[in-house]
Order: sequence, then C-alpha cells, then structure tokens
Amino acid sequence: MAELTALPLFGVAVTLAIYALAQVLYRRSGSVWLNPVMMAILAIIALLLATGIPYRNYARGGDLISFLLGPAVVALAVPLYQRRLELWQRKAAILCGILSGSLASIVSACGIAWLLGGSRDVIISMAPKSVTAPIAIGIAERIGGIPALTAPVVVMTGCLGAVCGAEFCKLIGVRTHLATGLAVGTAAHGIGTARMLEIDRLAGTVAGLAIGLNGLATTFLLPLLMMLFR
Amino acid sequence: MIRGFAVLLFCQLLGELIVRAGDWPVPGNVLGMALLLAGLMVGMIRLEWVTEAAELLLTHMALLFIPVGVGVMLYLDLLAREWLPIVAATVLSTFVVIAVTGHVTQGLAGKQREGEGVDG
Repeated sequence: MAELTALPLFGVAVTLAIYALAQVLYRRSGSVWLNPVMMAILAIIALLLATGIPYRNYARGGDLISFLLGPAVVALAVPLYQRRLELWQRKAAILCGILSGSLASIVSACGIAWLLGGSRDVIISMAPKSVTAPIAIGIAERIGGIPALTAPVVVMTGCLGAVCGAEFCKLIGVRTHLATGLAVGTAAHGIGTARMLEIDRLAGTVAGLAIGLNGLATTFLLPLLMMLFR
Repeated sequence: MIRGFAVLLFCQLLGELIVRAGDWPVPGNVLGMALLLAGLMVGMIRLEWVTEAAELLLTHMALLFIPVGVGVMLYLDLLAREWLPIVAATVLSTFVVIAVTGHVTQGLAGKQREGEGVDG
C-alpha cells in the first residue's frame, strides 16, 4: 500500500476523483459555500490525515498537476489579447483599482494583525497575502517575513475570495463584470481568477491581469510602506 | 493543441530565463504572460496557435490549485500558534480589498457602458 501511494499516479488520481465528486456535490446543492476547490482541498487533507499517508507521497502526483499552473498563467495572455481594445479604454479605472486594492491589502492585513496582538513576524508575513503565491513568497523573504506562514495565508485568501468574492460584490453594490473580476483578482489572485473564469469571461480576464499587476504593485509599494512605519 | 502548449511553455521558459538572469522580483510565468501578450501584439505569435491549449487550461484552472491548497496541511502547527490575528486579518482584509478595488474600478469606469451585472 505504501509503495502504491508513493506513485505519482496516486496524487493525480485522488485529486481528479475528489474534484469530480466535489463538482457533483456543488452542482446538486447550488450553494457557494460548497466551492469544489475548497471542498476538494479539505477532503484530501482529511483523507491524508485519516489514513496517515504522508503529504510527500501525495505531492508526487500533486506536483504534476501544479506544474500546469505555469502555462495556465501564461495562457491568461490570450483573453487579455482578445479583449485588449475594451480593456485599454478603461486603463485608468483598471490601474487605479489595482493600486488602491494593493495598498488596502497591505494596510488592512498588517493593521488587523497588529491590532489583534500578532507578533512582528506574523504582521510582516501577512503583508503580501493577496499576491500570487510565487511573488508573495519572494516578497516575504525580502522583507524579513516567514515564507512558510505567507504561503498558507495566500492560499486561504485565494479560497475565501473564490468562495465569497462574487456574492460579496453583489452585496456591496459592485455590479459590473469588470469591477467584480478586478476586485476578486486583486484580492484573491489565481484561485479567485479561476472562479471568475467560471462566472464570466471578461471578469476572469481582468482578474488574470490583476494577478500580475497587483504582484508588481505590492512588490514596489511594500518596501516603501515599511520605510514609513519604521 | 500541441503547438499551443509548446508556445505557452516556451513563453514561460523565456520568462524564467529573463527573471533568473536579471534577478527580477516577478515569477517567470507572470513575465511569460507578458511575453505571450507582446508576441501576439507584434504578430510573432498567431492567436489560433494558442487558443485551444489556452482554453483548455483556463477552463480547468481551478483544479490546478488543489495540490497547492493541500500543502496548507504542512503549516497547521504554525497557523495554530497565532491563529486569531492570522485568520481575522486574512478574512477581513480580503473583504476590504474586494470592496476598495470593486468600488474604485466601478466608480471610475462607470456602470452604464458595460450594461450588464454579475447577476445578469
């Protein structure tokens, strides 16, 4: 059994099977809380903990799936190119939206952690939480945070944005696909973008644009803000 | 489809190469996205080469994040130690960002021209 779970086949098969089941559950229930990505993540964690199968065994297959994230991010250029004229007309709104979101993310994440008595390590590690994981980890290293803490926070942020982002936008009166996609992409990077692509093509496209631009904005804003608060 | 994947992977590879050579603070795949966009704009890459592969990846992008999410289980101890500030800041800050970006963008771009809401 142990050698079976150590095959890359195991991680791939488990991920696909559980995701397929989670999608059925999601469609039957119609509840946003049963987001298939989040349910699949929780179910796989529960499965590994319950059976004692080590994470590194799962990761052999998991890494094969994660590998495709690279070309998937590159592929976001395709809808961006297809909608370029429409997006270029709204460039000011898009850039201001992403910049204000980047600033709001850093200030609110650090501020709330500080108010609730978080240690310096935690406060700093929270700062890049809305940035896509590879950039966020790089930022955390550079500003003296703990990348091991930043990584799960980034993933939790992404899941939350994917699960409640669209509903929350409706609730607060953000109605256009452009604003919704940009908001969820800025807040919840790739995981939020994946959800936006399911809802609407334009929303998914601008969310993808926000992944890159929010990453850049945070990379440059954060060191500046840290000088202010020193 | 194969040509599309080859183009996507080469854009990423080129992105990784530039990021490493220049010690840039962005990941190679994000730079790869910019390179593919540039390639499409100047006409070096034709849209029909990549649409099929891109469509496949983007349609199932959510699935690709599951193994990354499962990785959270490695950090459960670290998260448990200061769970209140971590969880509260993560949750509240995510809603703050959505509200700020959503309203700034909608306010500047206007509601009327797009003419369609998320709720259809």
